[in-house]
Amino acid sequence: MAAPCDPQIAFTAAANGARYSTYPRSWAYPDRMTGHHDDHDHHHDHDHSDLSETELRVRALETVLTEKGYIDPAALDAIIQAYETKIGPHNGARVVAKAWTDPAFKQALLEDGSKAVGTLGHVSRVGDHLVVIENTPQRHNMVVCTLCSCYPWEMLGLPPVWYKAAPYRSRAVKDPRGVLADFGVSVPTDVEIRVWDSTAETRFLVLPMRPAGTEGWSEQQLAELVTRDSMIGTGFPKTPGAPS
Amino acid sequence: MNGVHDMGGMDGFGKVEPELNEPMFHTEWEARVLAMVRALGAAGAFNIDTSRFYREALPPHVYLASSYYKKWLLGLEDMLIDKGFIGADEVKAGHASTPPKALKRGGFKVGDLERVMTRGKFGRTPQAPAKFKAGDRVRARNIHPLTHTRLPRYVRGHMGVVERDHGCHVYPDTAATESGENPQWLYTVVFDGQELWGAESDPTVKVSVDAFEPYLELA
Repeated sequence: MAAPCDPQIAFTAAANGARYSTYPRSWAYPDRMTGHHDDHDHHHDHDHSDLSETELRVRALETVLTEKGYIDPAALDAIIQAYETKIGPHNGARVVAKAWTDPAFKQALLEDGSKAVGTLGHVSRVGDHLVVIENTPQRHNMVVCTLCSCYPWEMLGLPPVWYKAAPYRSRAVKDPRGVLADFGVSVPTDVEIRVWDSTAETRFLVLPMRPAGTEGWSEQQLAELVTRDSMIGTGFPKTPGAPS
Repeated sequence: MNGVHDMGGMDGFGKVEPELNEPMFHTEWEARVLAMVRALGAAGAFNIDTSRFYREALPPHVYLASSYYKKWLLGLEDMLIDKGFIGADEVKAGHASTPPKALKRGGFKVGDLERVMTRGKFGRTPQAPAKFKAGDRVRARNIHPLTHTRLPRYVRGHMGVVERDHGCHVYPDTAATESGENPQWLYTVVFDGQELWGAESDPTVKVSVDAFEPYLELA
């Protein structure tokens, strides 16, 4: 049997590496990256030829569904517009800022997230199963969906690509501190890390800790500090006075 | 099913790469796919569990090599063809050539927008008293259904503690195959990181899943 450092094995591994070089480089957009070695940020420039096949396929499907009377393209436009304008992390930020300033609301929110959010008329309607989880000096919460992409849409908008992609889904439950490091986030080692895998229709929103130096701030000012990632648990709220 | 979608604990996918100022959609077709799935779901062509099952059932190499909305597109096509709403030949031709099949709630129109913007309700009246309560030590059963399940592999066979009871919910395992809502009690169950990943792993980690009662047994 060959020893692990056998040059033959090293050679084979290198050959395999070459053979597999057309495999995806980025697990965020695997089908875009095949065969490309450009920077991740530049992929829009050469999307078109890669994706025209998919684009045509989507158009064909939409045409068939429309001709059959299952959908109306104008209704699809309306859905897209609603997603683009009505949902987003500003909804979650309002809820967090209110919880930071109103102890009774905070208590109600932690007891029954859906019910408490329902009392705020200005926030988009939330489903029945919102669970709000509080970060404390002893515990940092982080949310993932290892099986697909479950995420509190009404509170945070549509999930970002990284949340739905393999690196986050695979590692968040096994190496959450490593994942946080990918975000440039570090949580003290004496703090418990609690990972919530969204495996049912319950949806989790992290209530981050209120930043120091915000005494007397209004709800609106505080909401500006609340980032999307701070409500997923992969980030912290902005620090007052720091460049945004 | 033990598919590649069940990613918790897998290695080799590399770093998480957040995109700065990420747009909501990266191409127009992504938005069309999202809207088609939402519209047809609201029209009653399928339930959310069935649509998840179809994505999971994509061949592993296709699942791994497809972007998120590409998986949605492929799953949607397969599902609509299987359920007789469209024909594979129609998708290929890009035109309908057979009469439509009735949708539970009729074709999706502009006036139906509110239906997709309001999240579905999954709570149901209990069929039996809850078997477990907060504080109970439980074991995630070592089960390997060939169809859709929401019990990830990485917790199966492991001991945890019931933390919360969420009431009775639609059971995805039967809903996915359209065998009924079969409501089941749902619990948040917490596992020590070391119970899941071994004594060498980070002792400060705890992981919870939301587990339906049939996934659990008293430890």
